[in-house]
This record gives sequence, structure tokens and C-alpha cells, in this order.
Amino acid sequence: MYEFLQFVSSGMTVGAVYALVALGFTLIYNASDVVNFAQGEFVMLGGMTTVFLYDAGTPLWLAAVLAVMITATVGVLLNKLAVEPARGASVVSLIIITIGASIFLRGVAQIVFDKQIHRFPAFTGEDPITVAGAAILPQSLWVLMGGAAIFGVLYLFFTRSVIGKAVLATANNRLAAKLVGINTTAMMTLSFGLSAAVGALAGVLATPITLTSYDVGGGLALKGFAAAMLGSMGVPAGALVGGLLLGLIEAMTAGYISSDYKDAAAFIVILTVLFVMPRGLFGRAVAERV
Amino acid sequence: MRLSPRTWTLIILAVLIALAPVTFPSAFYFRIGALIFVNGLAVIGLVILFGYAGQISLGHAGFAGIGAYSAALMPMHLGLHPALALFAGAVLSGGLAFLIGRPILRLKGHYLAVATLGFGILVFIVLNNEAQLTGGPDGMAVEDLGLRAVSDALGLGLRTAEVWYWFMGLVLLLGAFLALNLHTSPTGRSLRSLHNSEVAARTLGVDVVRYKLTAFVISAVYASLAGSLQALLNGFVTPDVAGFLHSIEWVTMAVLGGAATVLGAVFGATILTALPQALTVFQEYEHLLLGLIIMLVMIFLPAGLLPSLGKTLRQGESI
Repeated sequence: MYEFLQFVSSGMTVGAVYALVALGFTLIYNASDVVNFAQGEFVMLGGMTTVFLYDAGTPLWLAAVLAVMITATVGVLLNKLAVEPARGASVVSLIIITIGASIFLRGVAQIVFDKQIHRFPAFTGEDPITVAGAAILPQSLWVLMGGAAIFGVLYLFFTRSVIGKAVLATANNRLAAKLVGINTTAMMTLSFGLSAAVGALAGVLATPITLTSYDVGGGLALKGFAAAMLGSMGVPAGALVGGLLLGLIEAMTAGYISSDYKDAAAFIVILTVLFVMPRGLFGRAVAERV
Repeated sequence: MRLSPRTWTLIILAVLIALAPVTFPSAFYFRIGALIFVNGLAVIGLVILFGYAGQISLGHAGFAGIGAYSAALMPMHLGLHPALALFAGAVLSGGLAFLIGRPILRLKGHYLAVATLGFGILVFIVLNNEAQLTGGPDGMAVEDLGLRAVSDALGLGLRTAEVWYWFMGLVLLLGAFLALNLHTSPTGRSLRSLHNSEVAARTLGVDVVRYKLTAFVISAVYASLAGSLQALLNGFVTPDVAGFLHSIEWVTMAVLGGAATVLGAVFGATILTALPQALTVFQEYEHLLLGLIIMLVMIFLPAGLLPSLGKTLRQGESI
């Protein structure tokens, strides 16, 4: 039993990171219909910037805050310099642009930082806590609580604040949002900034456990995209469920079957779900307009 | 006599393949040329899938992996000649595409993208993990196709890299010829009709499911052949041939060149195969520049390099 609990706790931790990456995909997709494959690079930038600021003598909390702000700026720049000028390009062209951006950001990180693997100390100690026989890292709790807090704050933002509702309106129908006086261009920029900040936060929370280097973004983007699709692209609750499910499947496969095939299990589940529910777990049927 | 665009495309390709070696200072360039043609072949397959039928795939390197490891494993375990293994791999890939195509192609847009991506990754994982058969991440050696021996027997006096260059050039021309024929055939017209609107195509009596599957199987065979040929050319294969990055590279080549045309496919393959080789002189700035160039091309020439250049040229003429 304690073995099962152990797998659940590690699966939830990894899953929370996937869920945050998937949420990043969802935020940008909703505002702009762009699937941003540079999403993983936001996570990398969050982790790497914190590492280098911390090593330079900045207190950890300040390094983390600065890292999130810097990454959010990168997200805004990505929108302003690469996505906005290509407005009206096909979906595949926009995907290629974000793939180009992810290669570019990786190249920049390799020069500004380095090619080593890094970490910084856990926020509150490295000694595992024992719960019902399962050892849980305190940092795992930080990831889970942090992830829950981010989802909670964003939920309140989108349902209670005027700006949040304006973003939702833009996501729903851009033309209609424009007609009622919403600055949709600004909402897109805000979404990119928010999405980058969420990614960076995931990087800051997870780095003490998962470590980071300039090239961790690609794998994370893949898993985050898969999680977002599993839970239906564009649905925040879907991102949460998809991410956690993916993490749990991986942990259970690694624990009970073979760690070599944990990624395979995740994708087999995704394919099976999509064959049965072609629009993901939370998708609604949409009629195609001719 | 007026030549059709199809004939023009083939003539342009043949002339470029024939004349390019004039500028080659060393055998290394023939090797790069052969690699460009290998990628070009796979990207022509993707043009049939994206450009004709409008279906996206982020997992076609999976078929390349099947092709590559067929060429590596079948001669070793079944005693097949590598040339036969290449065709056996293509049959295997086509069959698999037929089986998984039906459920996968029910999906649309990004859901189709993630499903094909998942398929490619599954192939990669199997190749990577079944180390006793495939050698795992370290890869395995591939038997010689015997092209040099044929060339020597004919008394052509060509070096190995040169033999491969001319052989792949011919294969690419053949691949382009078949794709161009398909474009104007009834099947090609049906494919292009469902690209514009599936509902409209269905209303006109096009069997949408069948034609999507046809395009998927054809493009899988192209990818498989490209994978086999790449393995035979290198004499070595690693699971990376089936990797996600390889799929993405091919998609980028197709879109960068201009997704709807055969010539664009070869152009995209040329740029993205040669560019990383050229950028290695910039050492650690290599990735930065590659990413930057991809972004700039797609921002300023969203239809792809070749169609955009063609448009500029035509405008120039009319002025």
C-alpha cells in the first residue's frame, strides 16, 4: 500500500508540472488560436534564470520573482515580435514560428547560461516527510500547493475580474469582443505574458526535484501539449485533469511495469481516449461551418 | 509546344540535380546532396498529405524508423538483400498506416497532430528500448546496399558519395514524378477537394474517409523509403531517425518551402539540410541562428519560400 502511495505522490508532482505547462498552452490557445511549442522554454527560462541569479548571490525568493518577471517579458516579446506580425498566417505556419522560437530560445539559453545541468536548494529543506510509509519530499508539496494556488488564482481572475472576463470574451469570439470595446490585441499580449509566467513558476517550483538545463523545454512542451489535448485544448479544467492523469499514468507504469515504457503508456492512453472521444475528455461536439 | 507545369517541375528538378555538382569542391558535398534528396523524398510524401489532402502529421518519422530498421534488421536476421528489405519496410509501413489511419484520421486539426505525434513517439520508444534487437540508443550498423559495386561493374569510375548522389537524384525524380501525376489524377482532385472543405467534398460524392487514408498510406510509404535510404546511405542507424525532432524537421521543410508544391518540398529540404551544415561554423550560435531564420521566413513569407519568391518575381515582370 505504501508503495502505491509513493507512486501517487510522485505521479501527482510530475503531473502538476504537466498541468501547468498544459495550462500555459490553453491560455495562449484561447486568446489567439496559436499552439505555442515554445511553452517548454518558458519552464526552462524560469528554472535557469533562478539558478543563475541565486548563484550570483540573489536571495532565492527574489531570484524566483525576477525569473518569473523576465520570462513573462520574453512571452510578451514573443507575441509582439513573432506572432502578431504573422497574423492571418495558417495554423501550421504559426506552429512552425513557435517551433522556431523554441529553437531560438534554447540557442540563447545555451549562450547566456551554459550547457550544464543545474539545480537550486529546495525551499524548505531536503529531508523527506513520511506519510503512511511513503516518503514525500517537502518540495513536492510546494509543487502541488503552488500548482493548486496558480489554478485557483487564475480561476478567480477569469471569473471575477473585468480584465479576466475580457480575456475570456476574446477567446470566445474575437470579433464580438472587439465590437463591445475590448482591446483584443492587448488581451493577446496579456495571455502570452500570463502563460509565460505560469510556465516560469512551474520551472521555479519543480527545478529542485527535476533539475534543469538549457534543453529541458522540448520534452516538457511535448507532454504539456499531450496533456492539454487529452483534456481538450482550450479548457483549463481539462489541462488540470489531463496533466495529473498523465503524471499518474507515468508513475504507475514506471512503478509496476517498466520505467522504459512510462512514456509509451502515456501516449497509448492518449491515443485510446482520442479514438473514443475525438475532442478529448472535456470536448464538446462542434459543427463545422461550411 | 506548350509544356505542362508538371513537365516543367520535372525538367527544373532534373537540371538542378545534374548541374549542382559543378559547384561541389569535395566528395563531402555529394554526401550532403544525397541527404538533401533523402529528405526531399520524405517531404514530397508530406506534400501529398498536407498540401493535397490538408491533413497534418507530426509523427511521420515513425514510418521512417520502421523503414530504417527494416533495412538494418531484415538482412541481418532474415538474410534478405538490403534492396528487398527496403521494399519490405515500405510494405510494412504502408500496412501499418492503413491499420492506424482509419481511427487516427477521424481526428481533426490539433487532435490529429497529437495522435500522429503519439504514434511517432511510440515507434521511437520501442526502437530505443528493445536494445537486444535494435542496439538501443547506440544504434546499429546497416549492411551495404552494393551501389558502389554496381557502379564499378559498369565501369563508371565514381566515388561512393557520387554514386549515392546520382542514385538518390534518380529516386527523387521518380518520387516527384509519381506525386505530380497523382496531383492531376482523379484521386488527386478528390484529395484537393477535401482539403478545401470536407463537407463540400462529401456532398459531391467524394469518399472522404477512403481518400484521406490513401494520402496517409502513400505519405507513409514515402517516409519509410526515405528512412531506409537514409540508413543505407549512412551505413548506420539510431532510434533518432524515428524521433519527434525528425518529424518536426520534415514538417518544417514542407512548410518553409511551400507546403502545396513538389518543388517547394525539395527547396525546403535543400535549405534545412544545408543550413545546419553551413551554420556549424558559427558554433554555439548555431541554434540561435537556425531558430531565427525559421521564424523570419515564416513571419515575412507565410506561404513558404518558393511560392512567395515566385509571386515577387511575377509582380516584377508585370511592372
